[in-house]
Amino acid sequence: MLLGRVIGVVVPCVVAEGLAGTPMLCLQPLDQEGRPSGRAIVAADATRMAGPGELVYYEGGREAALALDPWFVPVDHTIVGIVDGLHLDRGGAA
Amino acid sequence: MILGRVIGEIHSTINHPFYDARKLLVVERTDAAGTPAGGYVIAVDVVDAGVGERVLVLDEGNGARQVFGSADAPVRSVVVGIVDQVFLAP
Repeated sequence: MLLGRVIGVVVPCVVAEGLAGTPMLCLQPLDQEGRPSGRAIVAADATRMAGPGELVYYEGGREAALALDPWFVPVDHTIVGIVDGLHLDRGGAA
Repeated sequence: MILGRVIGEIHSTINHPFYDARKLLVVERTDAAGTPAGGYVIAVDVVDAGVGERVLVLDEGNGARQVFGSADAPVRSVVVGIVDQVFLAP
């Protein structure tokens, strides 16, 4: 899983079978310091509670689909949790 | 599997039910010598690793689901070991 920041909401009008009602959010992937990393993606939201501005973690690939119900659906990234606290301590390892 | 160093913890209350009461660690990828190799992964901890420790991370879905005895858990990355030392052939 990786960290991401929700930057928007996508409202599709026609979706593949099984995806009706699944929230779709614009997500900016972040690096381990919380800085934007790479291009924004669209992710399904398995928590159904994430919104713009929130820090989340998301899964990609087959596991992205497994987080949804029904699970056999065509998605490649899914938000699986909203971050309450992120405690980084590099402890001189860098 | 990949080698990494734990650099942080994530706490969340709103998450997929699989992640209820699971400990999530932010693991920075390292090379065999322990220097950061770029990139990171958020992984579920099953060995009680802590911040600063060198760890072994399984980053493959079927193996990860086997760890949790589940056929449909949305999990791919699991901290499966704490590394004491890495010996490299000269």
